[in-house]
Amino acid sequence: MGETGQQLRNKDIVGIKDLSCEEIELILNTAVGFRDVLRRDIKKVPTLRGKTVVNLFFEPSTRTRTSFELAAKRLSTDVINFSVSASSVVKGESLIDTAMTIQALGADVVIIRHSSSGVPHLLARHLNASVINAGDGINEHPTQALLDAFTIMEKNGRIKGLKIAIVGDILHSRVAKSNIYCLRALGADVRLIGPPTLIPAGLIDPDIKIFHNMEAGLRDIDVVMMLRIQMERQDRGFFPTTDEYFRLWGLTPERFSLAKPGAIVMHPGPMNRGIEIVSDVADSPQSVILEQVTNGIAVRMAVLYLLSGRRG
Amino acid sequence: MPKELLDSKDMDRTITRMAHEILEKNRGVERVCLVGIQRGGVYLAKRLAEKIKLIEGRDVPVGALDIALYRDDLNIRKEYPAVRKTDIPFEITGQVVVLVDDVLFTGRSIRAAMDALMDIGRPARIELAVLIDRGHRELPVRADFVGRNIPTSHEENIAVEFLEEGGNDRVVLNQE
Repeated sequence: MGETGQQLRNKDIVGIKDLSCEEIELILNTAVGFRDVLRRDIKKVPTLRGKTVVNLFFEPSTRTRTSFELAAKRLSTDVINFSVSASSVVKGESLIDTAMTIQALGADVVIIRHSSSGVPHLLARHLNASVINAGDGINEHPTQALLDAFTIMEKNGRIKGLKIAIVGDILHSRVAKSNIYCLRALGADVRLIGPPTLIPAGLIDPDIKIFHNMEAGLRDIDVVMMLRIQMERQDRGFFPTTDEYFRLWGLTPERFSLAKPGAIVMHPGPMNRGIEIVSDVADSPQSVILEQVTNGIAVRMAVLYLLSGRRG
Repeated sequence: MPKELLDSKDMDRTITRMAHEILEKNRGVERVCLVGIQRGGVYLAKRLAEKIKLIEGRDVPVGALDIALYRDDLNIRKEYPAVRKTDIPFEITGQVVVLVDDVLFTGRSIRAAMDALMDIGRPARIELAVLIDRGHRELPVRADFVGRNIPTSHEENIAVEFLEEGGNDRVVLNQE
């Protein structure tokens, strides 16, 4: 009775890099059902009763942690928020000990954010529980890319063949990296726009075009993904001043008008208004920034459901 | 060997009778809506709505309900079921919801479906319509409208096939 679905191959989601196109599509299709649940008056289902989810955040985060927490609660799991200051855990061994302790408490899923790239991969190897990467250093932030893809699908009905520009500090952005993997896997035409100092040298894919000029890069674009300028990582002179950054790379209505009519603008938040984006664009009808937030819960519910439903 | 129990003509006649019974019991279609359980129940609900339209000349709203998130066997299954769309674009609170499924067996899907419905709204009444009742109930569930009663053994399996899935309309008994 009741047919079975496809499965995810691994017990963890540490990066989009490790997911196949079919797995990405499975997650996005599953999220559609959860998006329906979030539109109801009763936004909760009994599906994962008895499971325990732990948020293990070594970096400050409000929106991602809250989104995961809400996703887990909407599925009727018990959620524990375990916040650790980055300075208290610096050695690999004590990190694993912390995670092992959390597992011994009975966690089925551990959601981890850490300032060092590769930490989720390390934990995934040591734990029997499923590990979800909620952002590791400058490496990946897979659920952000999945919710971005879901939002584009919802708006455009497809991703294949769309012209998508990712704008800003690609070098330090785990969001950009996960999005590049995800959008390329789904067949989008991806381009990067930003100053040469903030675009990584060795790129993943030779088909990705690089523009060092906003006007040229934004022409005929379907989707513009803005990135946050990470003030905490700008102490080494990647660009002279935020004023100059805004003059050259800020998304203004004039620049946005070069994109296709009906193009959408996205931002993973939190926004620096007046630096990478101006309010007239961020608050325009073409902005899907708040939809991204809502869709994030649906996508994270889908990921929790699919990881819990794996066998073997 | 698969054995054909109903061909497309048999199925059509049975669905016509069920539509008449739904109209008879509810004295028309005032406040009546049909909600099919994904996926066979959704095809069947649409057929019933077409028949009701022919007989009564009135449209009844048809919705689709996915019960994956409400199943009671998630922890004993090999893997979790695919999550399909729940699409009920109308208010069910205060309405008579005729829940539609292709095969009634243990009754567990119906329990899940009723829980799912209750999270969407508060129907005035829920009625149950099934094309095939094959027995072996494990919960106290009874259908209001039954196409055919077909006693089966646990080793047998009933498959209801629909045109919409690429084959023909028919009901088949398989030995496992």
